[in-house]
Amino acid sequence: MTPVIQASNLTKVFGKSTAVEHVSFEVQKGEIFGFLGPNGAGKTTTTRMLTGVIPPDAGTATILAHDIRTEPVMAKQGFGVVPETSNAYTDLTAWQNLMLMGELYGLPRSRAEQRSSELLTMVGLLERKDQKVQAYSKGMKQRLILAMALIHEPELLFLDEPTSGLDVQSTQMILTLLRDLNRKGTTIFLTTHNMEEANRLCHRVGIIRAGKMVAIDAPEKLKVAIDRVHKIEISFDREVSSDALAGLSDVTGVNRTGDKWQISAENRDAAIHSLVTFSQQNGAAIVTLNTLAPSLDEAFLRLTQEAKP
Amino acid sequence: MNPAGFSEQVRRAWAIAKKDIRIYYLKGPVLIFGVFMPLFMFLAFLMGGRQLPLSFLISGLVGMTLFFTATAVSPAIFPWEGQAKTLERLASCPVTVEAIVFGDMIASILFGIGITIVTVIIGLAVGLSLIHGITLLVAILLAACCFSAIGMLLAVPPTNVPSNIMMLSSLIKFPLVFISGIFVPLEQMPAWGLVLAVCSPLTYFTDLVRYSFTGTHFFAVWIDIAALAVFTVVFTVGTMYLHKRTMPKRM
Ligand SMILES: Nc1ncnc2c1ncn2[C@@H]1O[C@H](COP(=O)(O)OP(=O)(O)OP(=O)(O)O)[C@@H](O)[C@H]1O
Ligand SMILES: [Mg+2]
Repeated sequence: MTPVIQASNLTKVFGKSTAVEHVSFEVQKGEIFGFLGPNGAGKTTTTRMLTGVIPPDAGTATILAHDIRTEPVMAKQGFGVVPETSNAYTDLTAWQNLMLMGELYGLPRSRAEQRSSELLTMVGLLERKDQKVQAYSKGMKQRLILAMALIHEPELLFLDEPTSGLDVQSTQMILTLLRDLNRKGTTIFLTTHNMEEANRLCHRVGIIRAGKMVAIDAPEKLKVAIDRVHKIEISFDREVSSDALAGLSDVTGVNRTGDKWQISAENRDAAIHSLVTFSQQNGAAIVTLNTLAPSLDEAFLRLTQEAKP
Repeated sequence: MNPAGFSEQVRRAWAIAKKDIRIYYLKGPVLIFGVFMPLFMFLAFLMGGRQLPLSFLISGLVGMTLFFTATAVSPAIFPWEGQAKTLERLASCPVTVEAIVFGDMIASILFGIGITIVTVIIGLAVGLSLIHGITLLVAILLAACCFSAIGMLLAVPPTNVPSNIMMLSSLIKFPLVFISGIFVPLEQMPAWGLVLAVCSPLTYFTDLVRYSFTGTHFFAVWIDIAALAVFTVVFTVGTMYLHKRTMPKRM
């Protein structure tokens, strides 16, 4: 099966600086693909090349089996875009914006009206559909733009930081919508800074640093790959000596923080067994016990900081 | 439905034209400018008290009205939309650059024709007689297409600062009016003036309007129409080609 997005060697040069350098990846049908990277890494530039807004200086992008350079209209017909900066027509109402999108995607009027009502209900803007977008808050604009991107029921959706600057409620609403869309079969390409969001939402993430891809994998695998040493946080109802803890089998390091101990171990399971046995033998009851999973944040920081160019 | 097919792209261009009319043309100041500019120009002509007949003046006025209205707003649309990032929205939609340019042209054609008809009605109201109505209609339709293509050509420099483009287009538009037989009849022009005049599409339109109102003309009618048609095709093809090249620079 051909991938929904196939980027190979995408390169973009602005003046003297290379914003994106030989970026290649594939996104399969039904996936939520997260595209992560620090500010200025080239996420927006890559997204704009994939969506046919700017031409790449080298490399190719095939979207839904159409080359974005040679068959741009056919490719664009199949996807929707939520760009980085909000760009509904502020002099038009939400309804007029949606009707315009309907016409630009070639929907019959009745279908466009039906879809618009559904989408406005979905994003909670139906009562304000006849208000000019000028008067919308940032969160409302973003939800409208998502609705505009979905008017033609695209198979593929590109989103460039759809939740940046939104409050918890709007963010949750958008993430829930994306998950629902994906469950119904929409492939999603999502750019974000927010590791928590990527971690919860994406099946796979690609990490870009200074214009180059540095890793592509499932979030869980990236985390594991980055941190082979696990940490366990434990506290007891009485004083125990650090030497005694450090002497336990499978414990490789001990560190005290406040009333808690941070235990490093390569085999988390074995270390927990030792700690429990220790607690029983010394009559020191366990008050708290947490395993500290490496976060995607940490994985991200490692990947984007090591070997600075 | 073939999204990339010609008829589908024309339909989408029409959607862009409707959007333009709604956002950029149906605005109080724009409409007031459109209706009052020819009126004041007309008054200025009359006050000038020169020894030229009214029918000559009105022909020039109609020529000027169509030229200025059809090129008034369109050069600024791309810069405005570039700034507002709505151009990026259009660029990611399944419409070609040609369709976007064509949509902007349709809007300016309709605006130009609408205001010019107001001017013609004023002319008829002050007692002018229309001799060749069909010729005038054909001339207005053709010239509106031609001038709107000029308006889009003025928008080619990929700047996102509307005032830059407006300044530039004034620099080009005003001299064009002076070489087009509007203030000085072509018959009275020196040879070098005529050489300049034949390069301006406005010359042929003004000549056709004069013919429609007075029955006199400098060039043969078919030459006027053919010249306008050639200018229209060349400018339209040229502006679409150039915009296709400069569009990515606006993003
Ligand atoms: N139109 C442009 N002209 C010149 N340089 C540009 C242009 N667009 C982007 N760049 C440069 O390309 C690099 C990548 O920018 P890009 O916007 O793709 O980053 P990003 O990963 O989206 O960052 P952010 O997280 O801040 O949105 C930056 O160094 C930026 O300065
Ligand atoms: Mg960005």
